[in-house]
Amino acid sequence: MATVAAEHPGRGIPWRPALTRLGMMAIVLVALCSLWEAFKWVGETTGLRLGSFEVNDKTFPHLYDIVGQLFEPSRRNGPLLIEVLWDAALFTAKEAAVGFALGASVGFLLGVLLAHSRLLQRGFLPYIVASQTIPILAVAPMVVVWFGGRGFPDWFSVSIISAYLTFFPVTINTLRGLTSVDPRALELMRSSAANPLQILWKLRMPTSLPYLFAAFKISATASVVGAIIGELPASIQDGLGGAILNFNQYYSSRPESLWATNLIAAALGITFFLVVVVAERLVVRRAPENVA
Amino acid sequence: MNEQPIVVQLRGVSKEFGHGHVQALEEIDLDIRPGEFVSLIGPSGCGKSTLLRIVGDLIKPSGGEVVVNGKSAPQARLDRDYGIVFQDAVLFDWRTVEKNIGLPLEIMGWERRKRGERVREMVELVELKGFESHHPWQLSGGMQQRVSIARALSFGPPLLLMDEPFGALDEMTRERLNLELLRIWEQSGSTVIFVTHSISEAVFLSTRVVVISARPGRIVGIVDVDLRQPRNIETREEPRFAELIREVRQLLRKGGGFDAAEGSGEEDLIVAEEGLQ
Repeated sequence: MATVAAEHPGRGIPWRPALTRLGMMAIVLVALCSLWEAFKWVGETTGLRLGSFEVNDKTFPHLYDIVGQLFEPSRRNGPLLIEVLWDAALFTAKEAAVGFALGASVGFLLGVLLAHSRLLQRGFLPYIVASQTIPILAVAPMVVVWFGGRGFPDWFSVSIISAYLTFFPVTINTLRGLTSVDPRALELMRSSAANPLQILWKLRMPTSLPYLFAAFKISATASVVGAIIGELPASIQDGLGGAILNFNQYYSSRPESLWATNLIAAALGITFFLVVVVAERLVVRRAPENVA
Repeated sequence: MNEQPIVVQLRGVSKEFGHGHVQALEEIDLDIRPGEFVSLIGPSGCGKSTLLRIVGDLIKPSGGEVVVNGKSAPQARLDRDYGIVFQDAVLFDWRTVEKNIGLPLEIMGWERRKRGERVREMVELVELKGFESHHPWQLSGGMQQRVSIARALSFGPPLLLMDEPFGALDEMTRERLNLELLRIWEQSGSTVIFVTHSISEAVFLSTRVVVISARPGRIVGIVDVDLRQPRNIETREEPRFAELIREVRQLLRKGGGFDAAEGSGEEDLIVAEEGLQ
């Protein structure tokens, strides 16, 4: 055969892109940390003030103090802070995971439904959009009232709040993905007399997968944020939201604890994001240039 | 005339787009018999692709009668009486070559083993052995188009509809695929309707060339191509080949084929009409 297939770029050396990526991440991390410490140093030596904001150990703790705080006892004779936060993170992760699963499922089904009818789109989309303009803090107390003490575990209302933040991107992108099918491909399916279910399963679904995963990436991090915020009106102490509220009270004496908690919350969000990235790698078979 | 069955019978077929603002096709009468290779040629926007889609029941005609294998066009589509090949290969990125070829068989519910056997035959027919588990993006344009031909022929349809299948390929690939298509046509015994812009391609491939005029699309004339079969590289050197090309060109001129504006948006109209279904 005279024509030669285009090869995957860099397929022969799979470790190199990964290594480059890790190296780049390390460089950016070092740069960000340096920036933090440099700003703190400049702010403290020059006595920089932005209105009432003053750079000092309270507003801008040293990074090593924040990380170091993780390995201090969380209270006198108590367990290490990192142990407390680890348990809190697991608790919040459970809420967020359930919320994500709920939100993504509902969002997907809603998207499929809307994709099949222009009329439904016109009727429902404005309200779906409106649902996202209502601040989550206004919705959360009602959710807690509705689901609290009705046989559901306490944390379930937090999952519902998390799902509320999760479903929207999934609905919008499912709709977009399912309707972005090449008209020629639809003609092809029709020429083989494919039924609507086959068209959905063999053409529309695979076409929409990259859109779907783009939405999952947004939703994954949103579900963590939703769970943390949801814990506040639900008065749940066991998660990261409870920890944030708690350490907020002691900020003046131990600001590092709150910063450390934020660090763990960020790590949880990143973990959720990475799980989606890995799932995408496993599921989506696409031309390499189309994979984000 | 009636001793042979007719694969495609068109009677007074017309098509209007945009609520009658654009007359794409007018009064098309055409009979196509088994084993024929019929090219539709005409200027851009003359409605030749539209005519092909009407035969395949992908577009409804505004008027007239379409009979395919003695049935209505919708019934013929449901009976899988034809395979279709587009200008772009329209392969599914997430499927390998094998799975792309087997797609219609999957839809028809063939069992796995039977499907595998047929796909292997098809891979051999279009000479893609060794590329079965490649993905479309790993193939050249010519190879992609061969996959789409194999897919269209996989279930052995009596009729093959081709919409400028080689229009996006370079000249050399195109000539090689022309020869391959003739070989495949002989082996499969299908009837072919072939839409093209290229006069020489039409003459080289066809048993008959149907020349269609600029909008509104009408049949200006039909040229019987009496070149010797099987055709090969030398066919293009024959004096008769040049004569036939001249004949087709004259018909095209008569139909206004050389003063029609390029890219008059027939494709856009089709897309707009089909919309989101």
